[in-house]
Amino acid sequence: MPDLGTGEPLLRTAHQLIVENDDIASTLELPRLASRLDVIREICRHLAPYQAGERPIVGATVIAKDLTIDSLAIMDMVMELEDSFDVSIPMNVVAEVHTVDQLADTILDLRAKR
Amino acid sequence: MGLFDRHAGLLEAYRDVRTTGADPFQIRMERVLSPTEAIINGRKMLLVGTNNYFGLTFDPSCMEAAIEAIRAEGTGTTGSRIANGSYSEHVLLEQEIAEFYGKKHCMVFTTGYQANLGVISTLVGQGDHLLIDADSHASIYDACKMTQAEVVRFKHNDPSSLESRLRRLGDKPGNRLVILEGIYSMLGDSAPLREFVDVCKKYGAYVLVDEAHSLGALGETGRGLCESTGVLDDCHFIVGTFSKTLGAIGGYCVSNDPDFDILRVTVRSYMFTASLPPSIVASVRQALRVVKARPELRTQLWDNVATLYDGLAAQGFKLGPEHGPVVGVHLPDRMTAVGFWRAMLDAGIYVNVAVPPATPNGVSLLRCSVCAVHTREQLEHMIEVMTGIGRQLGVISGTPKLRVVAGSR
Repeated sequence: MPDLGTGEPLLRTAHQLIVENDDIASTLELPRLASRLDVIREICRHLAPYQAGERPIVGATVIAKDLTIDSLAIMDMVMELEDSFDVSIPMNVVAEVHTVDQLADTILDLRAKR
Repeated sequence: MGLFDRHAGLLEAYRDVRTTGADPFQIRMERVLSPTEAIINGRKMLLVGTNNYFGLTFDPSCMEAAIEAIRAEGTGTTGSRIANGSYSEHVLLEQEIAEFYGKKHCMVFTTGYQANLGVISTLVGQGDHLLIDADSHASIYDACKMTQAEVVRFKHNDPSSLESRLRRLGDKPGNRLVILEGIYSMLGDSAPLREFVDVCKKYGAYVLVDEAHSLGALGETGRGLCESTGVLDDCHFIVGTFSKTLGAIGGYCVSNDPDFDILRVTVRSYMFTASLPPSIVASVRQALRVVKARPELRTQLWDNVATLYDGLAAQGFKLGPEHGPVVGVHLPDRMTAVGFWRAMLDAGIYVNVAVPPATPNGVSLLRCSVCAVHTREQLEHMIEVMTGIGRQLGVISGTPKLRVVAGSR
């Protein structure tokens, strides 16, 4: 899947190196870690297997409708994203999220509130 | 949009399942002969999918107790526990279950589903935090929809995943309640309860364990995973059901919390439904006595589990991660699972088939549940049948697939 901003191939980013429960981990976070593009890239990486046909996954993609992902797999993806970005997204909040953009904003909002 | 349009996707999946000529979700037990045999489609079938772990549905002492109760007190209570539906026997049953666990309080519900639904959704409210295992039973997920608490899932059987979620809550106000199950109903695996309890203690979280499938099966005296892992005193709430090992229907919750009884006037699934009929209360009380008096049933159950699990594993089937009264057999996809299930029915063996969205991680399973009174011959026959079907369908290797060539020679 191409990078949403530049069309370049997706690269794995530094946040994947974070170790849970390791106090050093928080000091390793780079400022760019919380960039919106990073969050969107990570979401798209999880959603790539569910792409419907050739239609690209973009910010406005409605996750439950435009892709072949079911509700359980969405919840499992959210669990992975929670650990990648060290936030917890309550189920009632997930229920209000429809697009990739909304999911990214939710993650960023929760990170900002920490 | 029509009322049923939203189910279009499910309808399509269901149509797939039914194309095999038998609908696994509408099987009719024409006559149940014993805990392990029934007439289905006019034929005698071996039952290996009934959650009847001790085979107590036909225990003569339990049946007699139920019949006697009907003669003495009638067929039903026609009212809820907070109105006319609390009989002395309901209270005695509650005392006996509390005593069994060594806890101070017990509430009995009309089903296990209602016990989870009502207790979990009422224990936590606005501003509280409910943390559930990702593979939790539907009754737990439904409770999540009914509570005002914030609900977060953690990875199945992963204490470190729970810990990171409790840690993230930091010093946020509100109670933390963690929901776990003794034995998970699809793959038969147990929670690493001691590790979970350690995490909960560290973060001051309450623990609720659903022992629906582990009552009778686990622990030295059959009290479940809380007993077998030695954390009975650390589990604040234990929920369970009468519909599996105890062979009837109903649910319960036990606790030592001094204020527990307030739940009797706050849990709506307790307050606004009719109480258990006298016959059920009587058979459950007797079944509990049988569980205490006959520990050999537990030994027989685990011997049978070993026979089935090890036998299927030896043939190359991919199974749940550990021995359990539920043996889940992984199959590659929904259609193979349904085809396998149908072939077993044709061969005279009834098991459950479990397909997405009812299964964790989208897996397709044959769900077998073992009974203490299955004979070794019955289970060995089943392994043989499954091995044959597995080879025919190419699910397991071994001998090459049979090829039938019509009209040769």
